[in-house]
Amino acid sequence: MKTRLTINGLKAVIEGKEILKGFDLEIKGGEIHAVMGPNGTGKSTLASALMGHPKYEVTSGNVTLNGEDLLEMDVDERARAGLFLAMQYPSEIAGVTNSDFLRSAVNARREEGDEISLIKFIRQMESQMKTLEMNPEFMHRYLNEGFSGGEKKRNEILQMMMLEPKIAILDEIDSGLDIDALRIVAEGVNALRHEDRGFLIITHYQRLLNYIKPDFVHVMMQGRIVKSGGPELAERLEAEGYEWVKAELGIEDETVGQD
Amino acid sequence: MSVNRTLLSVDKSSLIDFISTREEPEWILAERLQALELVEQLPYPKLEKTRLEQWDFGLLGSHVQPRRVSSLQELPAGAASHVVSENVIVGRNSGVAFIRLSDELEGKGVIFTDLDIAVRDHTDLVRPYYMRAIHANENIITALHATARTGGVFLYVPENVHIEVPLQALFVQDQADAIHMPHVLIVAEANSCVTFIENVISSLGSTGSYSTNGMLEVFVKPGAKVSIVSIHNVEASVIDTTYRRAVVEADGAIEWIIGELNEGNAVSDTTTLIQGTGASSDAKIICVGKGGQKLDLTTRAVHFGKHTDSDMLTKAVMTGQSTAIINGITKIEKGASGTNGQQTERVLMLSPEARGDANPILLIDEDDVKAGHAASVGQVNAEQLYYLMSRGINKEEAQRLIINGFLMPVIAEIPYEDVQDQIIQLVERKLGIKGGA
Repeated sequence: MKTRLTINGLKAVIEGKEILKGFDLEIKGGEIHAVMGPNGTGKSTLASALMGHPKYEVTSGNVTLNGEDLLEMDVDERARAGLFLAMQYPSEIAGVTNSDFLRSAVNARREEGDEISLIKFIRQMESQMKTLEMNPEFMHRYLNEGFSGGEKKRNEILQMMMLEPKIAILDEIDSGLDIDALRIVAEGVNALRHEDRGFLIITHYQRLLNYIKPDFVHVMMQGRIVKSGGPELAERLEAEGYEWVKAELGIEDETVGQD
Repeated sequence: MSVNRTLLSVDKSSLIDFISTREEPEWILAERLQALELVEQLPYPKLEKTRLEQWDFGLLGSHVQPRRVSSLQELPAGAASHVVSENVIVGRNSGVAFIRLSDELEGKGVIFTDLDIAVRDHTDLVRPYYMRAIHANENIITALHATARTGGVFLYVPENVHIEVPLQALFVQDQADAIHMPHVLIVAEANSCVTFIENVISSLGSTGSYSTNGMLEVFVKPGAKVSIVSIHNVEASVIDTTYRRAVVEADGAIEWIIGELNEGNAVSDTTTLIQGTGASSDAKIICVGKGGQKLDLTTRAVHFGKHTDSDMLTKAVMTGQSTAIINGITKIEKGASGTNGQQTERVLMLSPEARGDANPILLIDEDDVKAGHAASVGQVNAEQLYYLMSRGINKEEAQRLIINGFLMPVIAEIPYEDVQDQIIQLVERKLGIKGGA
């Protein structure tokens, strides 16, 4: 079955405050969607609510991945169903090596008794790290501990490459990256483009989209999509900012009132 | 004639009978009799929030000497699986059941034998050290040990001898009415080097009340380096009281790696007396609390020498309704200038009913020193759990990774992979989690 993520009327609250206010989107395998928007419009909340972060409570709407109800699933079940979120702020976990962690994650997708062999796993991880120009020593470092911002982002992409999700959400993967790192990260994402895999790229800069060509661009304001278009929309936003969108739609405050 | 100190029942006349039948040098018999007097007079150790008077230590029992065996297979089931070293002594109940020392080490003058034998055959080497780091007159528990201890291990490493392989003592308690007082005495002469592994286990069943009253004394002579790995894993029916103490001379170093993995109530006190200039002490402790366990763990570094270093790191995981009092004491005496004493206590709470108190204590009587401490008590971090689960790892496995990660800085320090695996398995068994891939 061809990959299809369907989000209908999604509303979510954090600490009693509604941040997502009816979000709709459909992503099919092979498509790259970019969600853009100023700070405070609910972009990262969307990513966290889809993944099932315990702080976010979905109050209405539905989300299905290939017909399965995603919102009924625990976080780990969503991941095993094919959802992946490259996080803006990945956790640091001392004492757990990057390779032990990632091998557990790979094996979580396999049947008991069919675990990946250590040698095969190490070879795969080494080869993907090479693609991302990561120092091989990061394999044995503790998970994200003491990693720079750029190293953490590469490590997120490494995980995505190893886990081969059906739907990958990249939350501000470009923030804090210099131009070289941005190119490497984008190459990693492009290498994973596949007709069975859909991408949702969350960013507020058009910069990343020079490297990863989106098929659809959506502008998010006030916790929902207010405008959609093709790649040319991203270029206009880069050139002119968001004011014209607000003027066109009669929006005074684009945020959801956070902070 | 019976001394009944609340729940610790001791029959004085039978102890006098016991001492009178010992074929031992006069000095030790005299010390046993003196200690017996102290049993009547001395209080329990004073511990914060822990009242030992109310613990059920069971009957003292009697001396049960094990049959000496010639192979590990003749030991009680499961014991042999704990042996990780070629050079090993197995203590069973009140005596020693098995001794194995390589010809090579014997040829270098290393003595590794039953402490009862050493008291007779090497009395000049034992007498200056036995019960000289830990003293009979400290409290009722140390006095009782000095009175009634039999068996145990004596390890002597001559000057300049470096032993590359570990030596091990395994103490097994498997007879209900047996006195169990494991004692390890280590003397590492100048510029020698040795690693010693101690395991204490029991096989008594879940009913009844028993106790093990152990001591580990280590004398580190100038320039010597001693590493001790001590893993205690007795059943819930056994109370473990253990004193470990090292005296370190100039430029000597002691390293402690301790696994407090008992199932029952336990009190331990691990102390280094850093006597000589340039000496150092490093202590790493892992503890897992389970069920209704009550634990009182003290780690202490006392600096006397100038330019001495100490470091202590305790990591405790608390589950069920278990409680742990974790004391870290750094004491710097007047004159110990240029000293650096550091300590860290971390407690991970896995249950809302568990309790862990981390008490860092710095006692400093000298100005020209560095000292620091860090302590924390916390739960499994929800963000970390979310992150791991977002990669498809289920909650149980994610928790296992986080707990292992919490303990790993201590486990990774253990120089032998067999022992690392042993500790990881014990921890996972205690926490009721199955091993990962």
